[in-house]
Amino acid sequence: MEPLERYRPIIDDFDAFRAACERPLGIVVRANSIKATPERVMATLDEDDIEYEQADWNPRVFRLETDAPGSTWASFHGFIHTQEEVSSVPPVVLAPEPGECVFDACAAPGGKATQLAALMDDQGTVVANDSNLGRLSALRFNAERLGVTALAVTNQDARNFSLKPLELEAFDHALVDAPCSCEGTIRKNPTTLEQWTEDHVHSVAGIQKGILRRAIQATRPGGTVVYSTCTFAPEENEAVVQHALETEDCRVVDIDLPLESSPGITEWHDETYDSTLEKAIRIYPHHNDTGGFFVAKLEVTA
Amino acid sequence: MGADDLEENVGQRFDRLPATADDRAVEGRATREEVVTYFHDRFGISPAVFEPYTFWEKGAGKIWVYGGESPSPARIEALGMTCLRTRQEHWKPTTDVVQRFGRHATACVIELSREQATRFAAGEDQSLEWDGDWGYLIAAHEIDGDREPIGVGLYLHGELRSMVPKGRQRSM
Repeated sequence: MEPLERYRPIIDDFDAFRAACERPLGIVVRANSIKATPERVMATLDEDDIEYEQADWNPRVFRLETDAPGSTWASFHGFIHTQEEVSSVPPVVLAPEPGECVFDACAAPGGKATQLAALMDDQGTVVANDSNLGRLSALRFNAERLGVTALAVTNQDARNFSLKPLELEAFDHALVDAPCSCEGTIRKNPTTLEQWTEDHVHSVAGIQKGILRRAIQATRPGGTVVYSTCTFAPEENEAVVQHALETEDCRVVDIDLPLESSPGITEWHDETYDSTLEKAIRIYPHHNDTGGFFVAKLEVTA
Repeated sequence: MGADDLEENVGQRFDRLPATADDRAVEGRATREEVVTYFHDRFGISPAVFEPYTFWEKGAGKIWVYGGESPSPARIEALGMTCLRTRQEHWKPTTDVVQRFGRHATACVIELSREQATRFAAGEDQSLEWDGDWGYLIAAHEIDGDREPIGVGLYLHGELRSMVPKGRQRSM
């Protein structure tokens, strides 16, 4: 937990934040609209005698009273997918339309890729890419159980992703849910921060910058690129977006979401960031009793 | 084109199924018409259900169903979902395609009780009465008043064998 002390200057009610980080996280699932309505999910859970609570901000998000969400009929049928509550935020912010072509740069194990497909009514294509071939098998398993047909799975390094194999000019939108130091997942994995070093934060930030830049280049002007991490480090969040603003044609746009959050920051240590980074959101564990997340929404300009 | 001119299937590449036998260029490859007819003749699933989809082969006899725009037959890892095994005597649908499209079936659907359904999902074989065709069936059960497909079963000699793959089996 010690690395979190560095965020005391930027987090409101730091004691509440620390207390929330020490509480374990409950089981949360997302209703998969490709296979079932929220009503059918609730009926299936009722028949299994599993209690649940529907999230206020999203009728497809349910907090379950069970330790084994995988051993339910709702899961077996692919009606639900276990996914941390804030993990379902980036696809909602991206808001793709049916028929569009969307790039998920770091897609495995597929929670967000399958959610993007569901938001598109399983029409169009989600190009679900991951550099790790082993993790792609988990993605494919999840996608097939959830009944996703509008999916193309690729295995490339996202930093120099080639559109050639897809015979595609550009994507309509892209999601970069970047590999990160995962500080925001401490409630799920209390040992997350044991290996934490500032060097690791800086090295992963370099990878994040490369992936985000390539995603912006591969998206058509007017398209949306959502950048997200499950960490608090400004080096991996605002600084990465700042780098994209300086090197690619894009701008930060507002996020409209009925969840409590803090704005992105514009100063950290010796650095200052563009004032538009206040349009990004920082979701802390004490805000909505969830994990932590950072989300920025970019529009690609000509 | 004579049979000798037919190309061979390339195992690691996605190739779109030919529309009909007349369009076939690869030996032994199923056609779109055959696939759609199979789902209609066996399970009563209307061909209209598959109109928005394309079918592809990657791997010998492994057929995939894809809901998006057709990309090139590139060396990508997966395209849509696996749906059918051909190139064997009896074609076999996957558990996942049955769960996805099986609600449109009107034939060869065996309805299981809650207890039978639980055993089926766990991968158990069970003795059951069935007076329809033998072979691959869609196993289903009722949820909140509506039928829901569970997966593929093989019915032979009074026994329903669960074809749910090991990694998909669950103890409820």
